[in-house]
Amino acid sequence: MFLINCPFCGDREQSEFKAGGEAHIVRPKQPTELSDDEWAEYLFMRKNIKGVQFERWNHVHGCRKWFNVVRDTSNDQIKAVYKMGEKPPT
Amino acid sequence: MKNQYSIFSLIKNAFSYHENWAKAWGDPEPKKEYDILIIGGGGHGLATAYYLAKKHNIKNIAVLEKGWIGGGNTGRNTTIIRSNYLWDASAGLYDHALKIWEGLSQELNYNVMFSQRGVMNLAHNLQDVRDLKRRTHANRLNGIDAVYLNTEEVKKFCPIINTSPDIRYPVLGGTLQKRAGTARHDAVAWGYARGADEMGVDIIQNCEVKGIKRNGDTVEGVDTTKGFIKTKKIGVVAAGHSSVIANMAGLRLPLESKPLQALVSEPVKPIIDTVVMSNAVHAYVSQSDKGELVIGAGTDDYVSYSQKGSHDIVEGTLNAILELYPIFSRMRMLRQWGGIVDICPDASPIISKTSVKGLYFNCGWGTGGFKATPGSGDLFAHTIANDEPHKLNAAFNLNRFVSGDLVDEHGAAAVAH
Repeated sequence: MFLINCPFCGDREQSEFKAGGEAHIVRPKQPTELSDDEWAEYLFMRKNIKGVQFERWNHVHGCRKWFNVVRDTSNDQIKAVYKMGEKPPT
Repeated sequence: MKNQYSIFSLIKNAFSYHENWAKAWGDPEPKKEYDILIIGGGGHGLATAYYLAKKHNIKNIAVLEKGWIGGGNTGRNTTIIRSNYLWDASAGLYDHALKIWEGLSQELNYNVMFSQRGVMNLAHNLQDVRDLKRRTHANRLNGIDAVYLNTEEVKKFCPIINTSPDIRYPVLGGTLQKRAGTARHDAVAWGYARGADEMGVDIIQNCEVKGIKRNGDTVEGVDTTKGFIKTKKIGVVAAGHSSVIANMAGLRLPLESKPLQALVSEPVKPIIDTVVMSNAVHAYVSQSDKGELVIGAGTDDYVSYSQKGSHDIVEGTLNAILELYPIFSRMRMLRQWGGIVDICPDASPIISKTSVKGLYFNCGWGTGGFKATPGSGDLFAHTIANDEPHKLNAAFNLNRFVSGDLVDEHGAAAVAH
């Protein structure tokens, strides 16, 4: 249980949000030219990091906007929040 | 077996106040090299080592456990065992395990307290009814015992369920697998550990794997907190931490690790003599031999290794429990905990070779791995020993995510994941 600082609404309980998984997975530019292996990588394979992970969240029970979160998955502490399209913090 | 447990050994040890029982397994320092290393000393890992030694006659094996054996998900699950899965591949896999469960205490000379008290799955809406009926037919075609029950039959089988049509999620029916049930989860790890140790397997606790050394496409060994250990074959059975180990070997897996919660109540006299699972409202309940209600909740939807989980998940489960079993309204909960489960996109496990020679993964069991422990160990041992999957786990390879031949048990497996 933790708070997420929605960039549009401010601090809200995590239960108001929907986790959208790993962030910055780029959709293939030429889907028709992808091999089966490349599709598997894009669709299914995940880093599933124990530690600092970049991920997407949606404020489903609030503003319903998507944004990115940098979170330590080993203790659920949030390091940074940034809007879609913004450069990820380093 | 040198320390056979029996009524005679019990009497003999009673004379020395039970202070001189031999240790069930040793505490060795790791050797420099093993034929096979198993990473993960939970039920699945220990069972793998046990069957490698017993059925494949490979004795130079070590099980590396970063904490203590059975201290991970083996000791955190709600101990439910069943095999009523929809698809043929899953039915074969889980019923293979169930058949081993039926003789496991005798085989291990260790009481795993396997209790075939039945598992009932409830339907709360018309789609549930259709899905459960379909699954009942599929189960019976695969030789797995399953019956569909209407509301009255559900009430008769488990009288404390509230079958009033007025509740938010009324009970419209259910399925029953009578051969299903529960087992003592710790005893499974301990029994396999004792059996494996007896055959010469080294069980090394407090030994965390820090890296996997590869030479090109072949494994050479692992770096651990107790030094480098050389080996030709590595079987990874690390549950929620499978991706962490995979990343060490430079691989990615189709897994997400999430907290799954459970809780137990104060102990009370016998009140529920079966296991009742409810997919739609995500509430599972049974009663342990100590008398505690054992309640399973759902997973959080975000990746986390924190072994905690969110309060609202528990609250949602207890809301459902109270509506279905009003008699529990004044029960007090004693403990709540989380385990980290590794979930595959198709909610089926992976028991497979990888692109790295000598590196094998047994993972992706998600929210329901305990039931498969003996079968999983047996089939993974076969896969490692022969460098080929057994026909029962051939469908559960990593390549299915490339070929698209998924074993989609999401929802169809009688529980939501």
